[in-house]
Amino acid sequence: MMNLVSIDQLWVYLSGNPLLSLLVTLIAFIMATRINRWLGGSPFVHPVLVTIALLIAFLLITGIDYATYFQGAQFIHFLLGPATVALAIPLFDHRERVRRMLLPILVACVTGIGVAVASTLGIGLLLGAQRETLLSLAPRSVTSPIAMGIAEQIGGIPSLAAGLVLLTGSIGCALGPMIFRMLNVKDPSVQGFTMGLAAHGFGTAQSFASLGAMAGAFAGLAMGLTGMLTAFLLPLITALFGL
Amino acid sequence: MPLIIGMSVLLGCQFLGELLSKGFAIPVPGPVLGMVILLVGLLINGHVPDALRKSGEGLLRYLTLLFVPAGVGLMVHFELIRADIWTLAITLVVSTAITLAVTAKVLDWLARRYTQGKQ
Repeated sequence: MMNLVSIDQLWVYLSGNPLLSLLVTLIAFIMATRINRWLGGSPFVHPVLVTIALLIAFLLITGIDYATYFQGAQFIHFLLGPATVALAIPLFDHRERVRRMLLPILVACVTGIGVAVASTLGIGLLLGAQRETLLSLAPRSVTSPIAMGIAEQIGGIPSLAAGLVLLTGSIGCALGPMIFRMLNVKDPSVQGFTMGLAAHGFGTAQSFASLGAMAGAFAGLAMGLTGMLTAFLLPLITALFGL
Repeated sequence: MPLIIGMSVLLGCQFLGELLSKGFAIPVPGPVLGMVILLVGLLINGHVPDALRKSGEGLLRYLTLLFVPAGVGLMVHFELIRADIWTLAITLVVSTAITLAVTAKVLDWLARRYTQGKQ
């Protein structure tokens, strides 16, 4: 008779193996995309949020810790780098329109960053958030690798900042389309730029998916520009708030 | 082969970006500088090579998936988030809404004025 390995031995091997987390991440994403389509593409069940929720539930149920999960998932995470670089392609494709709108873009970007940071700190202070939480919240509309660096620089908690960045991204994706409709903003390049500024990579991904390549290009531009400018502007604004 | 060539160009730009970022202690992450480097390269070259377009657009199509591993990391901060949950929730939602509204309105207004002024 064949010698069968016991189930729990097999599980110990599998749960520590990068293959499992990689496979589970992809399957969760497929399921989340199906669920989202099935519910009529509602922004409140954003595929990324659903994927994250499914995966957290899976990890809690199976008792796999985040570090072990990340050993497999890092292969997906790694691709964020080259994907960010690839944003230069749509930007190049729409260079004429970007060049024509360069001045409005710069003014809107500086205004948007000012509003994002000032309203975050203002509301946070009003509600009595602790200093560390507040300083981790400040860079929340910037793409996570930049936000982590900034949070560290001004005295926040980098890993919490990264989480808040992701929440901001999904909130932005849910609110964006409603706000554009309310304010009667129809230009896809304006919508894309706003999404990239307020909701970084999430907004950029959503702009590509639902508004097309031009909106995606503007979102990517906004994300890069906001990241770079915030790194320089934020320490000045927090100083203004006396933090 | 085109996928490998395209991927090499993207990773090469990211590598140069990381070198610049670390070497000159610029507070901007390597991939963002890499994006600037690739854009300058494309502007000099005048068009996007097919190989680069294939791998670049393939990555961008699944951009949302790439945020998942970092997002699952939220589970590590459950305690911190629970302690400040309402402050965090209200701040995030209200401030994100204000940012979206102001930016969209300002850019929409400026873009219209600016393009009209030029014609």
